[in-house]
Amino acid sequence: MSTKTTIPDFRVTPSIDQVGIEERVARFTTRSIKKESKMQGMKMVLSMIDLTTLEGKDTEGKVQQMCYKAAHLHDVIPGLPTVAAVCVYPSMVKTAKEALKGTGVKVASVSTAFPSGQSTHEIKIADTKFAVDNGADEIDMVISRGEFLKGNYNFVFDEIASIKEACGKARLKVIFETGELSTLDNIRKVSDIAMYAGADFIKTSTGKISPAATMPVTLVMLEAIRDYYYATGRMVGMKPAGGISTSKLALQYLIMVNETLGADWLSNEWFRFGASSLANDVLMQIAKQNTGVYQSSDYFSKD
Amino acid sequence: MSRIEIQKTYKIYIGGQFPRTESGRYYPLKNKKGNVIANICLCSRKDFRNAEVAARGAQSGWGSKAAFNRAQILYRIAEMLEGRKEQFISELVLQGSTLAAAKQEVEVSIDRMVYYSGWCDKFQAIYSSVNPVASSHFNFSVPEPTGVVALIADENTSLLGLVTAIAPVIAGGNACVVLASESKPLCAVTFAEVLNSSDLPGGVVNILTGTSAELHEHFSNHMDVNAVIYYRNNKAEIKTIKENASLNVKRVFVYNKINIMSEKAESPYFIFDTQEIKTTWHPIENIGTSKAGY
Repeated sequence: MSTKTTIPDFRVTPSIDQVGIEERVARFTTRSIKKESKMQGMKMVLSMIDLTTLEGKDTEGKVQQMCYKAAHLHDVIPGLPTVAAVCVYPSMVKTAKEALKGTGVKVASVSTAFPSGQSTHEIKIADTKFAVDNGADEIDMVISRGEFLKGNYNFVFDEIASIKEACGKARLKVIFETGELSTLDNIRKVSDIAMYAGADFIKTSTGKISPAATMPVTLVMLEAIRDYYYATGRMVGMKPAGGISTSKLALQYLIMVNETLGADWLSNEWFRFGASSLANDVLMQIAKQNTGVYQSSDYFSKD
Repeated sequence: MSRIEIQKTYKIYIGGQFPRTESGRYYPLKNKKGNVIANICLCSRKDFRNAEVAARGAQSGWGSKAAFNRAQILYRIAEMLEGRKEQFISELVLQGSTLAAAKQEVEVSIDRMVYYSGWCDKFQAIYSSVNPVASSHFNFSVPEPTGVVALIADENTSLLGLVTAIAPVIAGGNACVVLASESKPLCAVTFAEVLNSSDLPGGVVNILTGTSAELHEHFSNHMDVNAVIYYRNNKAEIKTIKENASLNVKRVFVYNKINIMSEKAESPYFIFDTQEIKTTWHPIENIGTSKAGY
């Protein structure tokens, strides 16, 4: 971030017209994408997935299996991309890194006492450094929602900035857990805070609470990214996570990205889906397009 | 003042809801005089897809209900049919039956539902076995529902064909998608209303209307369907269904020669059609010199 960037007063971020956002979103769902363009879209979706496992019961074996799936989505169909990254807990970064050697798939690690973020500053920094030292290419941090809701915006800003520093070369995704922030105004505000504090990506949710990613929330964040880009010239990525499990919905997200930010954002460098079951649905749709026959999940690996 | 009678809208039944076909298409149903009685949904491939997804979602819950509970629910369906008897009779008459034939068809349908209700918690005992093995294992086989069954019901009856196709399949814990008679579809929608008010979970039975000529292909090639049962007489369709079924080795049964009004159309073997046999080897401790009991 250049030193010339002036940090705006976050108390006066633009307020969001909820009805307008919902109407705009409703229109994204009416686009008709068929045949070849649908196929291209679905391959793009696959290449944007952060295949995720964030369970207390995760084991090395489970992570290795998922990493194999990440690089070999469905070898029966030739020409499929790999997913963008796998997303795991810090303790699993080493395993994932080894399993993915030579595949080009990145390793993302959640951090800062994911999913609640209720821990001390020192622990959060140590958590992040541990993941980076083990080889994480990307860090998914959670913000302190309690501090944000109290109005302690400086705390949130400083925390993100210090984690960004601890990340070193790793790209930083900032998770807002929008389901806990209650209003679209809050989501817009926290998006601005995160981007000015140095986030490389902003991300909707942890996937641990409901509602997770929704289209209105994502649109508000995309518009924040657009305004930030106009103000500073820096591109920031977007990652909706949780609740996107069908290819139809995923394509609608791509439409929304294209019509809000433009085609520059339509690559896995700038847009990701945090999902675990989406990949299989997209694969089933691709197989359907290839064979003309509706598919059954019985014939697709459950990572 | 004269009153304009309110016409019933005949829709389809998917996942416990009554949508119209996603295709927006319909076909006019005419009586003998050539007057249009109703507009019927002409279902498409995508309606079948949606119905299949609903059936798959509902199957595990239905299949894991206690057999006795399934019996109660099937009996409840029969009770509701009895309560709507007059409506079914008048619909059958509207579609060209004589009053006597209509009455008989409805009564046989109700009795058949009760018949399969009774079998819900009994067929397992008949098809299960304890198997002799030469090791210290307790070895037994039990029937389990195959999953989602696609049914193309009899063309010549409006209500009885549906009941005959659906009852043994759901008695065995499966979920189904059924195509109603094309020329006599009226009872299908009323029957769906009966199902909807009888504790049967949404999605266990899904009823579509339309043509077998268009839909048999999709009923038989969907990879997430486990069995197809066909009650009509079109040789070309039977051939296609058998060929398509090989894609994922669906079970295929063709019943085009049974007299649907007779008792021959009801048997626990129709339940057995959509069951898979699971065999379990359960190790038993060999204490001292005692031997396995079987």
